[in-house]
Amino acid sequence: MKSIFLALLAGVLSIASAQTIVIQNATVLTITKGTLKGSVVIKDGKILEVGEKVLVPPGAQVIDAGGQYLMPGIIDAHSHIAADSINEGSMSVSSMVGIEDVLDPEAIAIFRALAGGVTTANILHGSANAIGGKCLVIKTRWGKDTEGIKFEGAKPGIKFALGENPKRQGMATTQGTGRRGAADTSNLRYPGTRMGVEDVIRQAFTEAKQYQATWKDYEARKAKGETVIPPKRDLKLEPLVEILEGKRLVHAHCYRADEILMLLRVADDFGFKIKTLQHVLEGYKVAKEIAAHGAGASTFSDWWAYKVEAYDAIPYNAAVMVKKGVLVSLNSDDAELMRRLNTEAGKTVKYGGLTETEALSLITINPAKQLDIDNRVGSIEVGKDADLVLYDKHPLSTFAKVQKVMIDGTVYFDRDKDVSDRDQKQLRKKQLIEKEKQNQPQQKKGFAGGARRPA
Amino acid sequence: MKYRIRFASVFALLAVAICAKAETPSVIAIKDARIVPVSGPVIPKGTVVVRNGLIEAAGASVPTPSDAWVVDGQGLTVYPGLIDALSTWGIPNASAIESSSPSRRGGFTPPDFPPAPSTPAAAPGPIARGPEDRPSNTSYLLAADQVSPADRRVETARAAGFTGAATFPTRGIFAGQGVFLNLAGQRAGNMVVQSPAGLFLTVRTAAFGGGFPNSLMGAIAYIRQIYLDADQYKTAKEIYAAHPLGNKRPDYDKTLEGVLAAPRVMMPATNPKEIERMLKLGHELKLKTVLYGVEEGYRAVDLLKKHNASVLVNLKWPAPSREADSEATDSLRVLEMRDKAPSTPAALAKAGIKFALYAGALDRPQDAARAVKRAMDAGLSAEDAIRALTLSAAEIYGVADRLGSIDKGKIANLVVTKGDLFQSGTEIKFVLVDGVKYEPAPEAPPASPEATQ
Repeated sequence: MKSIFLALLAGVLSIASAQTIVIQNATVLTITKGTLKGSVVIKDGKILEVGEKVLVPPGAQVIDAGGQYLMPGIIDAHSHIAADSINEGSMSVSSMVGIEDVLDPEAIAIFRALAGGVTTANILHGSANAIGGKCLVIKTRWGKDTEGIKFEGAKPGIKFALGENPKRQGMATTQGTGRRGAADTSNLRYPGTRMGVEDVIRQAFTEAKQYQATWKDYEARKAKGETVIPPKRDLKLEPLVEILEGKRLVHAHCYRADEILMLLRVADDFGFKIKTLQHVLEGYKVAKEIAAHGAGASTFSDWWAYKVEAYDAIPYNAAVMVKKGVLVSLNSDDAELMRRLNTEAGKTVKYGGLTETEALSLITINPAKQLDIDNRVGSIEVGKDADLVLYDKHPLSTFAKVQKVMIDGTVYFDRDKDVSDRDQKQLRKKQLIEKEKQNQPQQKKGFAGGARRPA
Repeated sequence: MKYRIRFASVFALLAVAICAKAETPSVIAIKDARIVPVSGPVIPKGTVVVRNGLIEAAGASVPTPSDAWVVDGQGLTVYPGLIDALSTWGIPNASAIESSSPSRRGGFTPPDFPPAPSTPAAAPGPIARGPEDRPSNTSYLLAADQVSPADRRVETARAAGFTGAATFPTRGIFAGQGVFLNLAGQRAGNMVVQSPAGLFLTVRTAAFGGGFPNSLMGAIAYIRQIYLDADQYKTAKEIYAAHPLGNKRPDYDKTLEGVLAAPRVMMPATNPKEIERMLKLGHELKLKTVLYGVEEGYRAVDLLKKHNASVLVNLKWPAPSREADSEATDSLRVLEMRDKAPSTPAALAKAGIKFALYAGALDRPQDAARAVKRAMDAGLSAEDAIRALTLSAAEIYGVADRLGSIDKGKIANLVVTKGDLFQSGTEIKFVLVDGVKYEPAPEAPPASPEATQ
């Protein structure tokens, strides 16, 4: 069945992007290959040529982008849109759940993110548990179905969380206990402290190693021809085995320097890597250690003090980590902020003096590397996916508006078209409301008189 | 006073019993009626002969047996009895089938469905910490064991032309096993046609703090784990039975026994994303999936066709909230959905997708006709409508070899009308269930209570 879906997907893509498109006269911010005034040629959904003077293939659709700015589609490394549920908060290790199972390709937040220039997003499980659910990387292909919005081939990920959120235990109840007024703590969740969070992660990976060994033992005995009852498959432990085998990327929600160091130590002890630290607001205190582990950092621009563990945040965090050699990205963690990540990147020019290209890297090529998809997206380079955003002004300006967004060479958002369609949609809405109103009284009459007359 | 009430009810019971008894001849012939067999072309004028609860013959030139009680069918139409393809009728005090999933859009708010009420069988135990605690799982519960002819909806359903129902327990994620019922019988055992008829799944979960699972993603992961466990359980039992020496005895698990006993799995899906989600899950777990709900099936015809899906469409069409001002709250998308949902059956019929319609979510059985009419106004042909409430439902449940159409040898479940089914003004004259004639009650039953609680 998967092959049916892939075939379908391939069919859709080839129809939509078989065309050759040339975007001309734009200021092209390639991110990795400098900035130039020129053109980008797109064929079969991929970037074919980038340059000041390109050859326009016969029959190509030409988009004149005179005075406009073209940059790679924005990548949000931390988002919670497009899913029907986010937290399985009932237990401290919920690695059996995954966003892929609850994807909502019709969530309006996808359209809004798209209209804000986002073409790729990492949809994460929430931070309710030390080891949360599996993540999914999507492209904001508005209008496509569940299969159609998946970033095909992206490496799977998983959410971890440290600190305040995973150590929330819930409320003790006073009902159902033998002694009057005695609190019933049986429904409280372990852990209740930061020490406990570490313990939960260590315990889980200890079990995962055991599970791995059990299956290896079974396979070996079966290969020898023995009649053995197969062990149970455990959907909670399987993703952890994948982490140990380097097949699944860990994205860990964290705030404080001490817990960041704790997690890096745990990972070293068990022999796996933390791919990114998420939020990581005290990352500037331990940037060298983060860089040494090889972990990326995906942080906020200047959000702080919204909870106790965010009090030591500084707006220079991203810039400091960049200068210490950490691979840094800026994320939204929010459907609204997601629409203007370009201005979030702009703040790092003010706080920390990053160059324009460095600033834009934080929302393009760097998150692409953090998600292991930089061979496909994150910059305007020949051979990469034609995921492009056209702005009317420089994207780091607060005045910049998205004009067009293209994914795999297909235009998914066009501001002019969107604006011109609004009247028609409004009209259609009015018509439907009228129709419903007209049917309403008639239905009610039918309801009263509808009881069957018995024979 | 008390005595008098009791006396009155005894009298009423007697009256009912007399009515039923008085009209149970073993041979009935409906003569000169229009016959809609569903399995074949309409017979403009013919006779249906019923003997000992089975259809003995039906056709234009069928002679009337000398021992038959004869009904003059002039001006009447005989159809196979209607089947409610997803129901709670027959289980006293069971609530109507709930909407297959609350439609939530675009947010990451946690699901706000009501917590799954614990089943009568399950005492409140310690909070579930994972799939291994088997929360919200009564897969072993048999609707056949809960059925009673005393459920008042059985009678109102017959009055609306229904003679059969696929009735399910509906509480919890693994709610339990359904039963295919005939809607009449002296005892519960008379009513059962086929059990189990399928396992009823929901994705309704408890709120935050209620233990595992408390999210949609948790419910789906739980379903997946249960089926993997069931697979292993089956293998382990087989290996152990063949090689008890040197192998550890597998633990007995009643929830897995229930899962393995189910001939098919009823899965909830309203709109294209949920249809895609459930079809993929069913395929992954190698289940014989039947989707229920499917109100927005009109947008997922290709997908359903591709998966060769079996579909049960909810006749309770989406309606605007009574409190809300639709202009202020409803998006264009929601308005379109409400406008087009009744066109789903027509779209499925056109694409050749196997589907049946169900009335089990309606407040009252007698609302079904108007709901079907709405689907017909949206393009569903009369033939397809009747088929969706008779033979197609029987086919989906694997009982088409014994009922669902007017054919020789099949169970004599018939509905006899004056006028075409589902049209306003049409009268249900009587129904036959297992060859026993039932006329609609002389007085329309009180409107509300029997349906909801």
